[in-house]
Amino acid sequence: MDDKDLELLRILEENSRLSTEEIATMTSLAKAEVERRIGALEATQVIKRYSTVVNWEKAGNGEVSAIIELKVSPERDFGYDRIAERLSRFRQVKSLRLITGTYDLQLIVTGKNMQDVSRFVSEHVAPMDRIRETATHIIMKSYKENGNTFFEQPETERLPISP
Amino acid sequence: MRNFVSARAQEIPPSGIRKFFDLVLTMEDVISLGVGEPDFNTPWNICESGIYSIEQGVTSYTSNRGLQTLRDALSHYLAEHYRLKYSADDEMVITTGVSEALDIAIRAITDPGDEVLVAQPSYVSYAPCVTLAGGKPVPIRCTEKDHFKLNPDVLAEQVTAKTKALIINFPNNPTGGGMNESDLKAVADIIIDHDLVLISDEVYAELTYEGSHCSAATVGDLRERTITLNGFSKAYAMTGWRIGYLCAPKDLCDAALKIHQYVMLCAPVMGQVAALEALRSAEEDKNSMVNEYRLRRNLFVAGLNRIGLPCHVPEGAFYAFPSIEKTGLSDVEFAERLLKEQKVAVVPGSVFGAGGEGHVRCAYAVSRKGLAGALERMDTFLQSL
Repeated sequence: MDDKDLELLRILEENSRLSTEEIATMTSLAKAEVERRIGALEATQVIKRYSTVVNWEKAGNGEVSAIIELKVSPERDFGYDRIAERLSRFRQVKSLRLITGTYDLQLIVTGKNMQDVSRFVSEHVAPMDRIRETATHIIMKSYKENGNTFFEQPETERLPISP
Repeated sequence: MRNFVSARAQEIPPSGIRKFFDLVLTMEDVISLGVGEPDFNTPWNICESGIYSIEQGVTSYTSNRGLQTLRDALSHYLAEHYRLKYSADDEMVITTGVSEALDIAIRAITDPGDEVLVAQPSYVSYAPCVTLAGGKPVPIRCTEKDHFKLNPDVLAEQVTAKTKALIINFPNNPTGGGMNESDLKAVADIIIDHDLVLISDEVYAELTYEGSHCSAATVGDLRERTITLNGFSKAYAMTGWRIGYLCAPKDLCDAALKIHQYVMLCAPVMGQVAALEALRSAEEDKNSMVNEYRLRRNLFVAGLNRIGLPCHVPEGAFYAFPSIEKTGLSDVEFAERLLKEQKVAVVPGSVFGAGGEGHVRCAYAVSRKGLAGALERMDTFLQSL
């Protein structure tokens, strides 16, 4: 991992649909070199996959997301890892983190609708061993995801020509 | 009635870009590569500090030199980033943009009849400011052959007994040319031998893409005779805040301060507060903008060369300066026809003085999509010739 690799990662994180040719020009690398480096980053799973930031509210599919916080009794020898691993297997769990503060684990869960999310929490998550308490926060509106704001920002006016 | 306009005001030419400006305003769907400012908004933490300062009633004058806190932070910043040692107390003035810093620097050193060498192509204000100060601007031509660096031999040829100063601007607007340490060393001897003042406008210093910027005052013994100008506009996308600064040894700084105090009093306080925030917390914003400019430069310059407009790789700033000589058109004709026929605005190189003819300035502080669109239109234009 060197500066060029980091540069490629930053470019791809911002827009993974650029052609190899464009990336090669931007980074002053040969096309084959770009391909080789990206291939290596994929092989070592530094690049997990290529995805898209979607404004689902705008897409209007009615999906509901919630932040679920859990108090968990850690296991001897394993801490939180084993229960986190179990939780991570659910398709509904989009993100899962160990956090400091009142709760231990924080999940982002999505479902078709509110009932779907609430059924998932009450039937699958809350009854799991070692989970002592849950708190569910339904997300009412998203304003920013992973550095991308969902506000339509007006173009700022600049002089058309300036010295 | 007499003509009330002073001979000096009559003497300075009107800005060469005015005509294009007016033309662009009458047209729709223009892709403008004519804008000499960042296309990013000022990072929000900086804006927020400015807004909060107004809410707190920080709306008064500051000391002539500028806020002590800003000067302290700046002194520290310059030492850390450029190895420049300037005292916050008596070697620094916060100005209303680099434009003001330039004006007061020139006025602080120019007597009637003094010749002031201006490395060109250059920003459009240098020569008129010299004229307004009663001096005589003398262009020094920087050419593509020299990668738009200042050639010491060309410089030496133009020095006379009347020469008082030299104005340089690297990384350069409009060429994107840069001067590294050894380039600067090569001209330092001439400057010192002829006992000249050096005014070094380094407003694009942060936008250096190859290696790191070398500040003129750190080279050899230049510091004692150098006035360093810089500002927040380009690096932090803060053009409208109008905050620049002038750094110089105490005697030169005192002279500039005297003029500043009579003509400007102080730079706007909310801008100064915002600039302080920029130094404190906008390093990452700045780096990501600079990185984006670099990627765009690589894309755009490769594109220009591909469509048949030879362009050297600019080392800094956000301007490409391709040669349009092969088209057989003058730079003014090229710019006018490109605008009218394909709705792409560029600035004719001759606007920027000696050495600019036969080139056009294209600012790549434009989204990648905009640049790609502009290249496509320019390609169509070239093929129609």
